Amino acid sequence: MIAFDELLIRLRGLERRELVRWVENRWVLPERRAETWVFREVDVARVELIFEIRRDFAIDDEAMPLVLSLLDQVYSLRRQMRRLCDAVAAQPDEIRDAIRKALPGARRDS
Amino acid sequence: MATQTPYEVLGVKPDASPDQIRSAYRKLAKQLHPDLNPGKPEAEARFKTVTAAYDLLSDADKRARYDRGEIDESGAERPRHSYRPHAEGEQGWKYQPDGEMNAADLEDILSMFGRGGMGARRGRGEGFAMPGGDRLYTLTVDFTEAASGAKKRLALSPDNWLDVTIPPGIEEGQVLRLKGKGDTGIGGAPPGDALIEIHVAPHPNFRRSGDNVLLDLPVTVAEAALGARITVPTVSGPVAMTIPKGSDSGTQLRLRGKGIQRRGGPTGSGAGDQIVTLKVVIGDSGDPELASFLETWAPKHPTDPRRGIVS
Repeated sequence: MIAFDELLIRLRGLERRELVRWVENRWVLPERRAETWVFREVDVARVELIFEIRRDFAIDDEAMPLVLSLLDQVYSLRRQMRRLCDAVAAQPDEIRDAIRKALPGARRDS
Repeated sequence: MATQTPYEVLGVKPDASPDQIRSAYRKLAKQLHPDLNPGKPEAEARFKTVTAAYDLLSDADKRARYDRGEIDESGAERPRHSYRPHAEGEQGWKYQPDGEMNAADLEDILSMFGRGGMGARRGRGEGFAMPGGDRLYTLTVDFTEAASGAKKRLALSPDNWLDVTIPPGIEEGQVLRLKGKGDTGIGGAPPGDALIEIHVAPHPNFRRSGDNVLLDLPVTVAEAALGARITVPTVSGPVAMTIPKGSDSGTQLRLRGKGIQRRGGPTGSGAGDQIVTLKVVIGDSGDPELASFLETWAPKHPTDPRRGIVS
């Protein structure tokens, strides 16, 4: 976990008022601690992501919520998919086999 | 100390022109060149830093890559961290539209299974019930918050919070269980719980020993020798304390009830103590008048402070 000021030092070119705005917009959710905010690894990675897509793809404040929302939905689906895959992987062979056969487009042994 | 940027090394602005960079470098190089500063290792070290900064900034391509944050001061590639492993990792739930597994999504998936296919689909999750899973969170609290209790707000997702009451006297690693605040149950089954693992941030001065708080407190020679009434910080705010006349360094004074709230009872049902250990300090400069007094001072009753020490 790193503090607000450390993050500003780490991300050269990121201005204080910009990062404050991102937190206020709830694009990134650091923990409130004493008089400052502290960022977990996932928060730091998200700040870097926002920083990069603003700079490299010229995504502005208007479009950013949409971009973040779509990204979050994709990652959410991937997590759910992984949970489902884990559940399938934990099944006995014959059940896994049956699921494989039932998947649309899968080769059916007849 | 933070690493200087190559711009700071050369003393130029980040938007300096190539000419400004070149002249700044030449000026420094003239001052610091090893042939002009024989036997001065610090000048040689600075010369190397200045040269490295100039190498980076005089190359338009490298300078642009540095400005974009792709390489660091030494020209090495900066590792690019991908967001994806974090988003899909343990802490990733934080940014998901509805927290972890969305019950409605899961019902959608389950409704596709084994009920005659999509055509024969009946009501959502009908005939299927599954309790919600537990969710694990971590929450860091300040030393004083752990001592006296606090209310904290935990962000669950961009528009969802959990208000957590930290009971007084909570310890590092303790897990709070919030009933029913985990994943939603399916088909009328009960929700899971939120499990919140508490971390206590260390305090710069206070330490904990059971229900007691330990504090090392610097005092002056005069305060220790003559006694004094001073103000001492405690986890529940500053309090007045008397230093008895003739206190030694290491003397322990007890502030009753000023420690950690005892657990299992309401606030006010008792607390541990704060134990203050006096540290007599002379001070950085040392008072010359005190020094000259001690030089001329001949005690009427000399004592040997090391008489109890055996070899």
